[in-house]
Amino acid sequence: MFLDFLIKMKESKLPVSLSEFLTFLDSLQFNIVEFDINKFYYLARTSLIKDEKLIDKFDIVFGEYFKAIEKIELDDVLNSLSIPKDWLEKVLSKHFTKKEMESIKSQGGIDKLIEKFKKRLEEQKKRHQGGNKWIGTSGTSPFGAYGYNPEGIRIGQDSRINGKAIKVWDKRIFKDFDSSNELDTRGFQVALKRLRQWAKTGLNEELDLDETINNTSKNGYLDITTKKERENSIKIVLFFDVGGSMDYHVQKVEQLFAASRNVFKNLNYFYFHNCLYEDVWKKNDRRWEERISTHDIFRTFNKDYKCIFVGDASMSPYEILVPGAGNEHYNHESGKIWLERAIKNWPSNVWINPLPKNYWDMSHSNGIIKEIFSNKMVSLNLKGLEEAMKLLS
Amino acid sequence: MKFLGTKDYISTEDLSVAVNASITLEKPLLVKGEPGTGKTELARQIASSLKLKIIEWNIKSTTKAQQGLYEYDAVSRLRDSQLKDKKINNISNYIKKGKIWNAFELKDKCVLLIDEIDKADIEFPNDLLQELDRMEFYVYETGELIKANNRPIVIITSNNEKELPEAFLRRCFFHYIKFPEIETLSKIIEVHFPNIKKKLLDSALQKFFEIRDVPGLKKKPSTSEALDWIKLLLVDDLDPADLKVGGKKILPKMYGALIKNEQDIKLFEQLAFLSRNND
Repeated sequence: MFLDFLIKMKESKLPVSLSEFLTFLDSLQFNIVEFDINKFYYLARTSLIKDEKLIDKFDIVFGEYFKAIEKIELDDVLNSLSIPKDWLEKVLSKHFTKKEMESIKSQGGIDKLIEKFKKRLEEQKKRHQGGNKWIGTSGTSPFGAYGYNPEGIRIGQDSRINGKAIKVWDKRIFKDFDSSNELDTRGFQVALKRLRQWAKTGLNEELDLDETINNTSKNGYLDITTKKERENSIKIVLFFDVGGSMDYHVQKVEQLFAASRNVFKNLNYFYFHNCLYEDVWKKNDRRWEERISTHDIFRTFNKDYKCIFVGDASMSPYEILVPGAGNEHYNHESGKIWLERAIKNWPSNVWINPLPKNYWDMSHSNGIIKEIFSNKMVSLNLKGLEEAMKLLS
Repeated sequence: MKFLGTKDYISTEDLSVAVNASITLEKPLLVKGEPGTGKTELARQIASSLKLKIIEWNIKSTTKAQQGLYEYDAVSRLRDSQLKDKKINNISNYIKKGKIWNAFELKDKCVLLIDEIDKADIEFPNDLLQELDRMEFYVYETGELIKANNRPIVIITSNNEKELPEAFLRRCFFHYIKFPEIETLSKIIEVHFPNIKKKLLDSALQKFFEIRDVPGLKKKPSTSEALDWIKLLLVDDLDPADLKVGGKKILPKMYGALIKNEQDIKLFEQLAFLSRNND
């Protein structure tokens, strides 16, 4: 049952495991939802999808799959009417009262009913609406759709006629959660937390129970032993591009900044403009007065630190390649040399680009920076950030 | 056993389906959503609607999975051994039962709430896989096998601070509580304040959603903030007209219940400044 639905989900790269799919089929058997397509959708969602970021993708797949089912023609129904009899009987017995079941039996049982149904389908040449015998819409005959006989067999119901044409899954209310979309602060934090590495550092402050017991039994007196506490050991140096073409992205970059500050214990941030040169600064409003030599930063933070650049990499190529072409001051060495020094200093590095990926090729400078960083450039969304964390760890 | 919401708790159709699936198939239900959308409350309401006992296990960053099962107090046993206490001969004197054990040993079915599982260490959910799957665990110190008398209804909440491991997710049903739409929210408020005047409710909700829709808010007010705010409005017996904003007043009365962040209030000040310039 619904095997092609599973395959379709797999094709769309939804991480649905076989065991989850079996759970879903299981729960169908328990009649938690009874012939209500919305509830069926909710049940499928709750049992198959475990991440709100994936619900939107799921909605699309679900919509496509069930649109295909709705398109089934009368002929297909007719051809496939060799449904196992006991299954149909089970379904019917749930909906018909005992009396009705008996009356069906008196008319020759389920077989006869289906026989009759087939015959009527064939007899019927033109579209029919109303009435109580023909298969069509709005009637009271047990066959057809939208009728007063909801227990009847439902055939080829077309959502276009239906008033509530917009299905729950078609609303796609979880669109905002799709990970290829932009991020919010929480999303940042979730992504950055991936980087956390626990290590035992610092003072011996935590009671080491096992060792205490060992030593005590060895020595014959209560010998308290302590061990180092577990701490997050990730150290980060961040460089933010501010001013110029980045002003548009400043708000977004600040989000990343705000998020990352409380995720890591050891985090250092510096600002630069367009490209890294001999100086950086820590306070944007004092950027000309309080500058820090880039060499000092290389010396202060060793290769244990992970280095992240955030910038749109959009500038004139000369600003990277040629000495003295810096946009705000005269630089004796080219930006490329400075960037290469940074990469050498921090082997684990990545460049995060807030521009959408399809804009990257529009500026030549982008390609140059990407090359300097040996292609370690990612976009500023959840997917990109996840990629970045992989590159860094 | 079917959960359809209670008189104090409005459950949407998708939430009911998820809860009932998890009750019927006896698998944990993982609930995520914005803070203040009633994740924790859900477990309590399931318990009260099905007339079951609830056991709450609140997770902190230092919580270990083992603490939910049991803890072996080796230190006091060690101390007692120095004092030559007779108690030390029986190891079970030093075993402290955890919340999961409590839930397992109850005679009747119960609701087990594991609140804010994402606060704990990244490995925490993995350490509970077997216990929640088979509803049994082994006490190594005494060699006992503890098995649930009745599989409890397990509700797990998460605020999304950490990703949960795949293997754990596969064993759960999942539901994301979306922030309610205006109709659902007004139903929720009517449940809490049945005597509220329609006019006040309408204008308050309209203001509320206006505030929520302001882009760039650090913390969007959610259901619990809306409830607090309306409570304040009712206590002061305010009129719909009192909620009007304009001119120097940028936020409706009692906004302290809605906006809890200095930066957000500044944001509104800026917006008011801009709109004055436009006039």
